[in-house]
Amino acid sequence: MKRHLLSAADLDRDDALLVLDTAAELAQITDRAVKKLPTLRGRTVVNLFFEDSTRTRISFEAAAKRLSADVINFSAKGSSVSKGESLKDTALTLEAMGADAVVIRHSSSGAPHRLAHSGWIQGSVVNAGDGTHEHPTQSLLDAFTMRRHLAGGKGDLEGRRVTIVGDVLHSRVARSNVLLLATLGAEVTLVAPPTLLPVGVETWPCATSYDLDAHLKHTDAVMMLRVQRERMNAAFFPSEREYSRRYGLDARRMAQLPDHAIVMHPGPMNRGMEIAAEVADAPRSVIVEQVANGVSVRMAVLYLLLGGANLGDGTEA
Amino acid sequence: MSNDTYVIRHVSVLGGDPADLVLRDGVIAEVTAPGAASAEGATEIDATGLVALPGLVDLHTHLREPGREDAETVETGSRAAAAGGFTAVFAMANTDPVADTAGTVEQVWRLGHEAGLVDVQPVGAVTLGLGGRQLAELGAMATSAAQVRVFSDDGRCVHDAVIMRRALEYVKAFDGVVAQHAQEPRLTEDAQMNEGPLSGVLGLRGWPAVAEEAIVARDVLLAEHVGSRLHVCHVSTAGSVEIIRAAKARGVDVTAEVTPHHLLLTEQLVTSYDPVYKVNPPLRSEADVAALRAALADGTIDAVATDHAPHPVEDKDCEWSAAAMGMLGLETALGVVAEAMVSTGLLDWAGVADRMSVRPARIGRLDGHGRPIAAGEPANLVLLDPTAPRTVDPAALQSRSHNTPYAGRTLPVSVVATFLRGRPTVLDGAVVGGAAVRA
Ligand SMILES: [Zn+2]
Repeated sequence: MKRHLLSAADLDRDDALLVLDTAAELAQITDRAVKKLPTLRGRTVVNLFFEDSTRTRISFEAAAKRLSADVINFSAKGSSVSKGESLKDTALTLEAMGADAVVIRHSSSGAPHRLAHSGWIQGSVVNAGDGTHEHPTQSLLDAFTMRRHLAGGKGDLEGRRVTIVGDVLHSRVARSNVLLLATLGAEVTLVAPPTLLPVGVETWPCATSYDLDAHLKHTDAVMMLRVQRERMNAAFFPSEREYSRRYGLDARRMAQLPDHAIVMHPGPMNRGMEIAAEVADAPRSVIVEQVANGVSVRMAVLYLLLGGANLGDGTEA
Repeated sequence: MSNDTYVIRHVSVLGGDPADLVLRDGVIAEVTAPGAASAEGATEIDATGLVALPGLVDLHTHLREPGREDAETVETGSRAAAAGGFTAVFAMANTDPVADTAGTVEQVWRLGHEAGLVDVQPVGAVTLGLGGRQLAELGAMATSAAQVRVFSDDGRCVHDAVIMRRALEYVKAFDGVVAQHAQEPRLTEDAQMNEGPLSGVLGLRGWPAVAEEAIVARDVLLAEHVGSRLHVCHVSTAGSVEIIRAAKARGVDVTAEVTPHHLLLTEQLVTSYDPVYKVNPPLRSEADVAALRAALADGTIDAVATDHAPHPVEDKDCEWSAAAMGMLGLETALGVVAEAMVSTGLLDWAGVADRMSVRPARIGRLDGHGRPIAAGEPANLVLLDPTAPRTVDPAALQSRSHNTPYAGRTLPVSVVATFLRGRPTVLDGAVVGGAAVRA
């Protein structure tokens, strides 16, 4: 493993499998009534959130606490972060506090990269979502979830067909998923209106399509991306209704999926927009499970980056 | 004007055979065979191995004064210019207040005169406050002491087609030129880098080539229609080159400039997310760089212009999207052009003199600059050492700011001396003279 996790591209196949296998092991241990492991005792993990995301922050916080790390939550939202220098000032403050790992969420693409490579801090940097760039731990938890349902919970995702639908242009989840899923051997198809696919998407390790219905029959996992309603004001699509009609997952479309296929969403959902309520709540929807798996995967990432003591070294109840 | 006389011995004029130059009373008094010049009491400079070019002329410099003296002043910018081998710079109008009145351009012109290191020639804004809606008093700036001939809203595009047409027409009355920052604003809202596969991967909003090319195409058609002179600032794409080449071929009176950084650097540097590489127009692809070099070599692009854009540390030492756009250029321009154009065999030193002095002076109607190195001509000269590489150290720059993208990079040539009307502004690579010393 590299020292930082900034992009899903930082993980080669062995790294990715190591994270997923470690996450599986940690999930098992924490399921066995042992809620807390002593592995990161005395280590400090800082959650540095420049952008609101309660769900991601709570997930990282739970992961760090279950490994007995000291957790500092630093929410810079609302303070004067409009001018960039506060990223540097904040980093220097965290360095003075002796942060072993900094989990950063930022609205500016590349902010975690900047934090990791500017010489401001010594510790590991984990990207918890940066602008429209990447969200590597989300892709890990998605892969973990797919592996459970589609590959018996072990190995890679060779040959599994994953369809990712929606606002790819602005989605850090899509970028990280394309990279990680390709590393794990899955066949990814991005489906979106042409306006919401980035220039150069043809160079990505995936296929693209404008037609959702054409793909559902050949899909093992379909992942619906959140689409912000405001996008229509910038003419990315004409109206919510038209978007929903062409690219939303409703019950009729869900019925075209093979029986074993799962429905995923990174949250938060726009029910009625990209996903119908009855689909979100259907038995094949694994959206709630994704959240639970997020904690295990983030435990594994922190554990591996911080070089925690061996698992099973002794646990406490 | 200085009474001192300088004899520059064994200098290669424009890279040709060695000669001696005698500088006296602000002009080149004599050009003789090497070792033949004799001048009583003159200061001798052994220039064996050095190349003499006419003093460089920069059509595009941001000196930041008035308003952002924390980034640069006319004086520090003048020092940077002299150190880079320049004897004249055109100071862009996007200061605070904007240089859109005779009073402001005269103030900048006077500050340049007081600094005394290069001729600071103010550019006037095309529209009031760079607002794009109402023409500034172009005639008043033209007839002011600053004698403005170049007008630009640089930093912003004159995007309203009617305003652009009127400006092109109006400046004909005093032989002016509109220098357009070609950027279609709607296509580039919040744009962060060149739009292409890399911007998609990095998750940075794209600045598409078409946003430049659409304006360049429109403007050459407007200039053609009204029979006016047009200058295109910092051309950055292969597509713009093609439009300008075609326009020139059918006789449109259009000129163009390219920055040193667009001749050397590519968008690949953005993968570091280091804002020192954030610039407007953005760094482009390798294919664009190749097209720009070819266009400068064949004369489709007339001039190199630095777009020297100083920014204080806090505007660059931050995350990418919060950072200011722009990079320093004056002190590295000659070295970068040497690397991109001379080392590659695309231009010889006479060609460099043409693109960095002769043509920019003609475009800006600056009569005392960009002249031949011959007896009776103004003694505006730069002496460079073509065999002395120089490693760029941001802390050693004359500019008040340090945002150079070339830190640690070794450029193939060094500026040894610069003369402004016979008086040295740089000797042995160090800035001399100017207001600070004379006071
Ligand atoms: Zn500009």
